Amino acid sequence: MTVTRKSKPFLTPIILVLVFLVFLSASLFAQETASGISVAPPANVVASDFNYDRGEQAEVRWKLSSDDNGSAGVIGYEIFRAGVGSEDFVSVGLALPGESYFLDKDVQKGVGYVYKVAALYSGGQSFSDVSNAVIPELEMINWNLLNLFIIGLLIAASVIYFISHAKKGRKLFIRKIAGLEAIDEAIGRATEMGRPILFIPGINDMDDVQTIAGITILGRVARMVADYDIKINMPVSRSIVMTTARETIKEAYAGAGRPDAYNDDMVRYVTDEQFGYVAAVDGIMVREKPATCFYLGAFFAESLILAETGNSIGAIQIAGTAQPAQLPFFVAACDYTLIGEELFAASAYLSNEPKQLGSLKGQDIGKSLAMIIIIIGVISATISRAWGGSFFIWLSEFVNKISTIQN
Amino acid sequence: MKRQVPLLITFTVGAVLILSTFFPPVETMGEDFSLYFDIIAVFAFFLGGGNLIRVNSDAIAKKKKGWGFSMVTMAGFFIMLAAGLLKLWNPGGIRGDVAGTGSMFQLLYDWIFNPLGATMYALLAFYVASASYRAFRAKNRDATILLVAAFIILLGRTPLGVYATSWIPESFSILQIPNLAIWIMSSPNLAGQRAIMIGIALGVVSMSLRLILGVERTYLGVDSE
Amino acid sequence: MSSIGLIISFFIIVAGLLWLLIQSIRGQEADRRVIFLFMAIAVSVPLLFNISFSEKATLIVEDVYRKIENLPAGSKILLSYDYGPSMSPEVEPMSNAFLRHALVKGHKVYIMCLWATGQSLAATAVDSVIKREFPEKVYGIDYVNLGYKAGGTGVLNVILTDFRKMYLADVVGTNLDSMPMFQGIKSLKDMDLLISIGGGYPGVKEWILFASAPGNIPLAGGCAAVSAPLLYPYYPRQMIGLLGGIKGAAEYESELKKNHPQRFANMPVPGIKMMGPQTMAHLVVLAFIVIGNISYFISKRKGQ
Repeated sequence: MTVTRKSKPFLTPIILVLVFLVFLSASLFAQETASGISVAPPANVVASDFNYDRGEQAEVRWKLSSDDNGSAGVIGYEIFRAGVGSEDFVSVGLALPGESYFLDKDVQKGVGYVYKVAALYSGGQSFSDVSNAVIPELEMINWNLLNLFIIGLLIAASVIYFISHAKKGRKLFIRKIAGLEAIDEAIGRATEMGRPILFIPGINDMDDVQTIAGITILGRVARMVADYDIKINMPVSRSIVMTTARETIKEAYAGAGRPDAYNDDMVRYVTDEQFGYVAAVDGIMVREKPATCFYLGAFFAESLILAETGNSIGAIQIAGTAQPAQLPFFVAACDYTLIGEELFAASAYLSNEPKQLGSLKGQDIGKSLAMIIIIIGVISATISRAWGGSFFIWLSEFVNKISTIQN
Repeated sequence: MKRQVPLLITFTVGAVLILSTFFPPVETMGEDFSLYFDIIAVFAFFLGGGNLIRVNSDAIAKKKKGWGFSMVTMAGFFIMLAAGLLKLWNPGGIRGDVAGTGSMFQLLYDWIFNPLGATMYALLAFYVASASYRAFRAKNRDATILLVAAFIILLGRTPLGVYATSWIPESFSILQIPNLAIWIMSSPNLAGQRAIMIGIALGVVSMSLRLILGVERTYLGVDSE
Repeated sequence: MSSIGLIISFFIIVAGLLWLLIQSIRGQEADRRVIFLFMAIAVSVPLLFNISFSEKATLIVEDVYRKIENLPAGSKILLSYDYGPSMSPEVEPMSNAFLRHALVKGHKVYIMCLWATGQSLAATAVDSVIKREFPEKVYGIDYVNLGYKAGGTGVLNVILTDFRKMYLADVVGTNLDSMPMFQGIKSLKDMDLLISIGGGYPGVKEWILFASAPGNIPLAGGCAAVSAPLLYPYYPRQMIGLLGGIKGAAEYESELKKNHPQRFANMPVPGIKMMGPQTMAHLVVLAFIVIGNISYFISKRKGQ
């Protein structure tokens, strides 16, 4: 006898519906992931004090969301901050996908903070756990600049050493600088021709060391001008430079025993505006036709205009600037050019005082140090890249570290 | 006293500004000293302006050579001063922005000051041509190298430079003029500029130390120590 | 019209230079006024006949473009007008291009000046670019003009740590705290990008030394062509990119037009336009160098 199974007419449809529901939920889940409604949050959020500041910055680091893989999932991160013990988190900044660092620049010294980082996606935010507490503090010393401090100290020490050493009377060899050797000849030419000298101390104010260098050379030149009884014309573009230059020239005339020959109108203010100033100076050059023109200080685009105008009137031109962009113009158009450091060495060179010349020696020590570091760095970097070698790799990184300012 | 006080001020300010780089608590003092200089510089505007008026008025009064230029200078000075100080034609009146749209100051600036400044700057184009004609001559080896480099860079920034050497294969692309020009600017030129900048930095350190320590005093109007 | 202009200009210049060459061969140095005349023709003819060339951005310009392009909308960009009217023709195209780019990307623009003459130029830019081309932008929410403050690097020293010690109000006297775009801004360190435009002092270099490097804030520069070589050493570590002179401006304008063709279809492109005269001027200077050397060698031979 066969047993007839009871038919179960609803089983198949129920199974089909269940299967359908399973697939439906799976596809819904897949859609949600693709549209980014749910992404993994960032992890391991760590807050720390930013070193070597006045306690106004805190760093936040985190591990990237596992969905931050270049797909359309994570579109960025948002960083939130709250006080310690508070639940009131406020947004303090954003970071791009792939970034795991944020510097919060709006914190107060001595106040505790905690952070949360949210991974952003098109449907909302996925929050991390709260970070550790951080209290930004004032640091007394910026240890990041230790290398700069040591190098600066070495150079300063060598300058000071040679300044004091020079007092002992030991003669120091200083190479000839053509532009400075020619000052006598240039002033002599003006004396013979009976024409004035034009002195331009640059267009920057007295807070620029180039202007100070120009004014110190002015002191020497003015002394010679006073001795030879020729006229000096000095249009300036800054009021403080005007007063300083007047004092310098007045003292030079007094030192030459001719205080009555000094006149305040030797130095006059024109305008602060760059091209207004150079237009005025050009006019003075073309009308008064100075025999000698000195351009010693900071110059910018007007350098070639001055030099070419001076060339057109047939003047001897001695220029000096520490603006590397203007040096080619002066070299092309002037008779003599003091390049960069020669401008700063000029006052020491012209004074011929042992103490000042000693400072040049100290400067040279600094230059030797720079050359040694560059040579060692270049050789070690080249060898380490071409052939490897742990010593050269270490040496290359060491040189890179000591010559880089960390922030 | 006349010499000691300025030297003391120079030493103190110099030392504080150096220390403010390395010691964060002193950083604000460095900022304050910068502000003090700003205040002094602003007061110095009166000195300069006063001198300008005095010299040019004197030239006009005594009808010295070139007194016509002094008239133009004074006219420009006073008109611009009045336009800015009194805010003439300013839509916002005396409280408006000094350079407000339609104000006399802005009009003078746009239609006189701006074009004059641009004209002076444009002179550079002419002077570069005359300086190049005179200076870039193969007088010796160094001048020849300079001449060749200038030639390549000038040509490299024109389409002619691109077309002239576009036939050079990619493996020798450095010999194409535009690439050669970029190489000259970013390698030997940059190396030279950096060397000059290192020398300048050391010169500034040496000069600054001489000033801070009072070894160099010519800028005070006294002979050095 | 442009082709006819090109042919005419080349004919005039080439004929004139040939004449100069013949004079040089005869041992006669060119009068500087003749040189000035040639330069005037070389610069004015491309402008009159609208001769221009296509531009492709170099990497140093592209890096600046990509930075502004990729910053999230609402980022804070500080734009400093550190130049005067004399430099304006060379750098104004790039400063306007920066303004347009920043505003089209929805960034907030903070305008200031370290040069007194920059204030009026900034005001002109606000009127001619922002108000005219972006009328939907609201002052105090999308852009602000802080104006000029005397002191140069002294200003940077101060605003690096505290804006309000130097700026309490904007250029027309409106209190900064009343502006939504200054909420939460304490110092320069709150900016997402600094842009300094200028070729003098204080300029890009001072911004690097006194603001960007100590404050660890990204900086882009725009400068006159003559200042650009001096700033190359700072690229790419201390400066994310640099626009040097008209060429840099032309490259940036071409990038803007290429990537935002609809928005900037009718954008003025003075940078691209001015590359025509610059190219012609370069060629004329080259010709003068050749002629000068021929003249030199002939006179040297005669002297021997």
